[in-house]
Amino acid sequence: MRDVAIIGVGMNKWGELWEKSLRDIFTEAALLAIEDAGVDHIDSMYVGCMSSGLFVDQEHLSSLLSDYLGMGPIPATRVESACASGGLALRTGFIEVASGLNDIVLVGGVEKMTDVSVAGATFALSTAADQEYEVYQGITFPGLYALMARAHMQKYGTSRKQLAQVAVKNHFHGSMNPLAQYPQKITLEEVLDSVMVADPLRILDCSPITDGAAAVILAPLDLAKKISQKPIVKIIGSGHSTDTIALHSRNDLTEIKSTERAAKIAYDMAGKRPEEIDLAEVHDCFTIAEICVIEALGFVEKGKGGPETEHGLTTLGGKIPVNTSGGLKSKGHPVGATGVAQAIEITKQLRGEAGERQVKNARVGLTQNMGGSGGSSVVHIMEVV
Amino acid sequence: MSSPKYWREIPQRYRLEAGKCKKCGKIFFPPRLICDGCKSREFEKINLQKEGKLLTYTVIRVAPSQFIDQTPYAMGIVELNEGVKILSQVADCDFDKLEIGMPVRIEFRKIFQEGEAGIICYGYKCVPV
Amino acid sequence: MVGITGYGAYIPRHRIKVEEIAKVWGADAQAYKKGLNVEEKSVPAPDQDTITMSVEAAFSALKRAQIDPKKIGAVYVGSESHPYAVKPSGTVVGEAIGATPEVHCADFEFACKAGSEAMFVCLGLVGSGYIEYGLAIGADTSQGAPGDALEYTAAAGAAAFIMGKDNIIAEAVDTYSYMTDTPDFWRREYQFYPRHASRFTGDPAYFKHILGAGKGMLEKVKMKPKDFQYAVFHQPNGKFPVKVGKLLGFEKKQMETGLLCPKLGNTYSGSSPMGLTAILDEAKPDDLIFMVSYGSGAGSDAFVWRVTERINQVRDKAIKTREMLNNNKCYVEYGTYAKYRGKIRKGE
Repeated sequence: MRDVAIIGVGMNKWGELWEKSLRDIFTEAALLAIEDAGVDHIDSMYVGCMSSGLFVDQEHLSSLLSDYLGMGPIPATRVESACASGGLALRTGFIEVASGLNDIVLVGGVEKMTDVSVAGATFALSTAADQEYEVYQGITFPGLYALMARAHMQKYGTSRKQLAQVAVKNHFHGSMNPLAQYPQKITLEEVLDSVMVADPLRILDCSPITDGAAAVILAPLDLAKKISQKPIVKIIGSGHSTDTIALHSRNDLTEIKSTERAAKIAYDMAGKRPEEIDLAEVHDCFTIAEICVIEALGFVEKGKGGPETEHGLTTLGGKIPVNTSGGLKSKGHPVGATGVAQAIEITKQLRGEAGERQVKNARVGLTQNMGGSGGSSVVHIMEVV
Repeated sequence: MSSPKYWREIPQRYRLEAGKCKKCGKIFFPPRLICDGCKSREFEKINLQKEGKLLTYTVIRVAPSQFIDQTPYAMGIVELNEGVKILSQVADCDFDKLEIGMPVRIEFRKIFQEGEAGIICYGYKCVPV
Repeated sequence: MVGITGYGAYIPRHRIKVEEIAKVWGADAQAYKKGLNVEEKSVPAPDQDTITMSVEAAFSALKRAQIDPKKIGAVYVGSESHPYAVKPSGTVVGEAIGATPEVHCADFEFACKAGSEAMFVCLGLVGSGYIEYGLAIGADTSQGAPGDALEYTAAAGAAAFIMGKDNIIAEAVDTYSYMTDTPDFWRREYQFYPRHASRFTGDPAYFKHILGAGKGMLEKVKMKPKDFQYAVFHQPNGKFPVKVGKLLGFEKKQMETGLLCPKLGNTYSGSSPMGLTAILDEAKPDDLIFMVSYGSGAGSDAFVWRVTERINQVRDKAIKTREMLNNNKCYVEYGTYAKYRGKIRKGE
């Protein structure tokens, strides 16, 4: 297997992009990445997208987006794993370059969520859960994570305030990210007073509905060293695992085993331990998710996710900043794009391009992207060369 | 709700029909084709018992469109007597009295209906004992 | 001998008081309470209907009958509020209890005596040897038009009976039916609420048919009211059944156990059948029970039941009717009641 590097990143401002269609949004981000990489051709592309069919009645993205990219007819692959579609697209692109099959590979993610009503978007998102045994019964995604939150609070004493702290922190980070959908700071009181969605989770515990895309360019390390003008970021670890689709089928409702397993594979491949990670982008679809994920990644002991967040472990300036981009909460969550955007944030940080939100001496970064209530997880570890 | 999709799950939704692995005894609800424990493909049909306890709960206050009129409603993950876990609404309960560990039993209820002219979908919900 | 092998009832837990309804319409609550002898009525939650209540009542009946559901040869649900206009309630009940596919099914309808009809037919099929066991259910979630007198009493409940020849707990000594064409209370297709002919629903309708069936029944079995330990009649309110019982020669104390209406309301097709379940919850072996239903349109089915020894063995195997009536109640105010009952006009 060859070493693989990220040599280009491209991302547009995320939000409710009424004027832009799915193909516009993707192409824009892809072209930015190609420009950033300084390449003049692409050998193959991967697109992470959860549900263009339900959101904009469009499948066959392989053909559509390679067409609109204008880089000639190239192999193109649509990758889907619910909200882990982007991360999985990254892994699949990584595998293609690592295998030697192709050199310059574009990995992008996109989701256009605002052409349908909120009810329509909620329905499309619900397809990430078990239709017959979870969704049929009346559950929502905030509901599934609320069930986890309640169990976590019971088992470990995690507090409502600690959950809120995740949102406050991520908005603080996002306020320094010009591409974020909601780059506003929020206070603890605002979170705790916001409308209840599914006890105990409130609207400000939940990531939003967003249009957006993100793209990176992968190349074998040797080629990257020849052509890249910027600090080279190498993907040193890639891990992927699944778990039962239904939350109720799992043994421990407070653990995200798919992330634990994916992380172990990535750590082993990278030859790194959790303590050696300088910063991470994790899947904070809901505040409780970030707490469970930092436990699953081994950044904190089981059960300590709440208190450690409260003490600032994961805030910029703390020992391991998490979600300096603003996370899904502040940056937005165009489902298929999220996993790729996480890789972009780590790349920028490792290159020293993160401006106000730069983590000092960032050398090794981790991305964790997951689908549904943890039914699939993809973890990548990057290191600046 | 598509008629065939609804009809196919009737044994599970009305009678809690599960599959018990003939080789290792593991119970699957809904039934499966292969036991993920011992990889056997032979199962016997059993109807799950209708009692269990609440492992965790929430109250849904922003509901999907077919449940809007029922909002707010409680939901919980329940461990039934056989050790099988299900997700269902918790009906007829005071939200303040919901507690992890509380005993519940299963009742047959209407889950939702397709507007004024579509089919009516039934299934299981839990009620406090 | 043919009779009841198992019985069960189901009452939803929500209630609304007469005062709550009267308040909204500016009516005199005390006058209604006295005039109707009703204090409160049961209210089905949005996830409850004739089918769900029938299923739960059937489960209780099965617990008492202790038979393999596959031996049930007929499933009949009688109601005037079947959830579908076309598609039987009985098929869902039959699937839920595991009686399918070798089973006859039909939905019954005759205003509020649809339940007793189901019982009548099951007895016939079992008695003639056509089927081994028959499940007969009377259940309703009837509606009263807002502000109408019926709104104070239209309630929800279900009663289920498994008829058989073996292991019976109450023998069907005999039956008698009395029917004429009488337009006292009706609902046309596509109408949401029923209509009624006011005071005409009394003497020429309710009283005439219950008296007709009651007298005919007593003559047929050559018995007198004092021979019976219990009597139960259709209960549109808490006054009529007591009055008609007295007219037939029964005393108040014979009718007390079966009189559920004051705290339950009128469960229509479930009315006298549920009264019967409350009686079976306490009756002793050899007790005689006199039951007459009434369905507008109009007709009455009369039954004489004799309780057997076996009642003591099975009575406690499922929840008792008055337990559901008195325990675990949850009161709602009119707004919630109207929402639950679909009385609020919503947008398209």
